[in-house]
Formats: sequence, structure tokens, C-alpha cells
Amino acid sequence: MKDALKNSEFSENQMLTQVGRRFFLRSAGLTAVTGAFILGACQDHDMEPDATVDLGSGDIGILNYAYALEQLEAAFYTQVIDMPYQGMTDMEKRFLTDIRDHEIIHREFFKAALGSAAIQGLEVNFSSVNFMDRASVLGTARVLEDTGVAAYNGAGKYIEDVQYLLVAGKIVSVEARHAAIIRNLLQPMTRYFAGDDIVDPMTGLDVAKEPAMILADAQPLIETRITANNLPK
Amino acid sequence: MNLFKIIDDLQQIDGEAIDRLEHASRRSFISNLGSLSKKAALAAAPVAVASMFNKATAQSAMAVEVLQFALTLEYLEAEFYTMGVNKAGLIPAETMDVFDQIRKHEVAHVKLLENALGLTPNQNKPNFNFNVMGLDPFNNYADFVFLAHAFEDLGVRAYKGQAGNLINDDAILQVALQIHSVEARHAAEVRHILSMMRNNPNIEPWITLAQGEPAPVYAGEDNTTHAGLDVMTVTSKSKEAVTEAFDEPLSKQAVLDIAKPFIVM
Repeated sequence: MKDALKNSEFSENQMLTQVGRRFFLRSAGLTAVTGAFILGACQDHDMEPDATVDLGSGDIGILNYAYALEQLEAAFYTQVIDMPYQGMTDMEKRFLTDIRDHEIIHREFFKAALGSAAIQGLEVNFSSVNFMDRASVLGTARVLEDTGVAAYNGAGKYIEDVQYLLVAGKIVSVEARHAAIIRNLLQPMTRYFAGDDIVDPMTGLDVAKEPAMILADAQPLIETRITANNLPK
Repeated sequence: MNLFKIIDDLQQIDGEAIDRLEHASRRSFISNLGSLSKKAALAAAPVAVASMFNKATAQSAMAVEVLQFALTLEYLEAEFYTMGVNKAGLIPAETMDVFDQIRKHEVAHVKLLENALGLTPNQNKPNFNFNVMGLDPFNNYADFVFLAHAFEDLGVRAYKGQAGNLINDDAILQVALQIHSVEARHAAEVRHILSMMRNNPNIEPWITLAQGEPAPVYAGEDNTTHAGLDVMTVTSKSKEAVTEAFDEPLSKQAVLDIAKPFIVM
């Protein structure tokens, strides 16, 4: 925290503006409407916006990495269901509600499995998403799900405990199911559910990405700054 | 899990496995065991065995076994979709792109695995017969979709069940994971097609409880305990949702038992 305060990237004015805005939003009870809100119940944690969270090392670090991504997904779909976009069909609502529940369950699993080693609840920033617009919501969902798949695919090799590797396997295939059906909602009954943009047509392999790359991609949606310098490489 | 068998296997590919196990178990608070027998090794489990798995070096024999197993399933899927896509009048135009995309991936997986194992095209391909259980998938589209969804869900479980065997082969593990998630994408899409075909919204892209046919393909999918944690104790969500949120592995033997009727050799 003190390091964050000293960080020259953030002027005192910016800090005051952010804190002031957050205070206002909390008071007004409008956090969900603006797209910036607080995840989970973090009574004991300091939630200064410029706090930096380090994921840790070893298997704990990888689990926290997964926990961070699941927090992001759960927060996103919670907002999607709280404010359904115009013209959401019954089928779309059913799928998106199920997906919301799966992501919340993943989040709760990691939080409990990590216990005292768990990182804090992250603050997210969905200001780039228009939750009233189907294309914006489903487009973001697609990116989140494809990112989740690539993240687990790339992180599996760093897991040392065979039980945790298995859990990662149990979750990644559910993320891939989500990705496929979101893609199907965007382009029904085409090749897009497992398109050549995401599955290499020559090898038939899905994407796998290193944690540093995933975090760089995801950081714009996460207000809390995450460092992964101690993750296995 | 047969620990005796695993220790034997490890000893075969790693001549010092027992020595390593002895060392690991000493470090795991078990002292003065003297010459460590396999039985004593069992007593030292799971800490010592887990530790040894992380240390054992020559795991490639196990990896080869995994790849051969995976290839058998990919042969089955590749032939199934190739025959389906090529059968005139079987697959309607609306879903042809989907099934052709799946065919393309399964054929690519076969090539990839054959290359990894140093095999020539179709060198290890069994002969298949898909007209089992009263099904006629190349003349009956409903049967084709039904079998496709079962093969995909089975494939997801098969790869997942082998991940632990690749924990010391990082490169192969990653490739297996990259195939595994593609099978899951396929599974979701085919389940959606099955759902629409049967006008049954209860068939979702994900697996609820242990629901689904054939039953052995979905046996155990209703498990809620993961890494020793019963997830029902940490969430207020329904058991249906909890089981959907985690896909389950299947042992190699269970997968082969399911695949066996399709393989004529």
C-alpha cells in the first residue's frame, strides 16, 4: 500500500478523484450501473484502488492466478444477468445464468482451497463494456472465455500437485464449453464455435498462453494491479 | 489407483525409483525404515509417492502410453466424422459446417499424434464398426448426432484422466490440454445440436449431475468433491450447478471399455 502511494505514476489528484468517485458510488448504491464495483466481501482488506496484489509463487501462485480470472468472469456475468441486454432470448438468459453460476462456483472453490493464501477480492473495471448491447456483452464474454481456456492450457505445466492439475483440467473444459456456446450465440451453427481463429486448423490445437501474456490482456478489465513476478516460469 | 503397479512401473523406467522413494519417505518424517520394501513404501504414501512423482525423471514411457491411448480415440472420432460428412444426404446443410469443422480437427489430431509417435498414416488404426447398440449413424442423422455427443464427452473425460500421467512431461501435457479443450468445444456444440434436435432444453452444453446416455459415459459426473474439498460446503449454488462447473475424468480402462464395442480390430 505504501509502495502504491509512493508510485509516481499516480498523482495525488488522480488518487483523490478515484477515492472520491468510489465513495460517491458506494453511497449512492449505483456501483453496478457504472461498471466499476467491488467484488466479494472484503471486510478486513484494504481496498485502495491502487493497491498492488502479488499472486505468489508455486502452486499457490497458479491457483491465485486462476482465482483472479474466475473473479473477473464471475463479476462480469453477475452484471450481465443483473442488467440483461436488450432482446436477450430465453435461451441466452438460461445459458448466461448457468455460466454466471459456474464462474461463481469456480471463484468460491479457489477462495476456499487457497484459504489464508488467497489474494483479496479484486476490483474490476467494465467501463469498456456496454451491458445494454448484445454484441458488446457477448463479444466480451467470448474474449473472457477464450482467455480462460488459453490461461489454463498454458498454466497446467506449472502445477506440481497432481490434484490441482486435475482440478485445472476439470475447470478448463467447462470454460471451453462456455466459449463454444458463446461463440455459437454470436455465429449460430457455423465453424465459429471452434473457429480457425482459435483452433489451429493444421494441428487442431487450442490456444495456450503464458500467465504474463494473459494478465497483460486482462489487466484493462481489472482495476486492482496484479503482479505475477513470482509465478513459475 | 494401484500403488504397487505404479511403483513397479516407475522402477521400470527409473531404476532408482525405490531409492528415491526411500529418500523421499525419510524426508517425510518416516525414519529408520531400514531397507524400504514396497509395502513400507505404501505406508509412506501419499506424501512420499507424491514427492517421488515430482522427482522421477524418465517419464517418457508413460507419455508414450498416453499418446497411444489418445490416438486410438482420435482414430475413432476421425473415422466417424469422415464417414458422416462424406455420406450423401446424412447431415443437413444447417449443421454441415459444424461437423466438417470437427472432422477437420480430429483428422489433425490423428496426424499430430502419429507424428509424435513416429507412425506412418493409419499405421495403428483399428477397424471400427459404428453400428452398435441398435444405432445406424450413417443412415440416421439422429443416431449420428447422438453418437457424436457421446464421443466428444468421452474424449474430454479421457484426456482429463491422463493429465496426471503427464505431470512431468511439460510439453506433452500442454499439447494434451490443447487437444482436451478442443474436444470440450466440440462437445458443447454437439450437445447444443442434440438439444435442439430433440427440442429438449435440459440437454445443455455442460453436463448436469450424471445425466446423459449412454450412462457409462456420464458415470461419476455428479461428483462435487475436488482436491479434497466438497464444493457444496462453500457455495449456496445448487448441486446441478456445482456438477456442471466441473467436468470429471475417466480412467483409461473405463474409456476403453466404452470404446470396445466400436473396435473390431
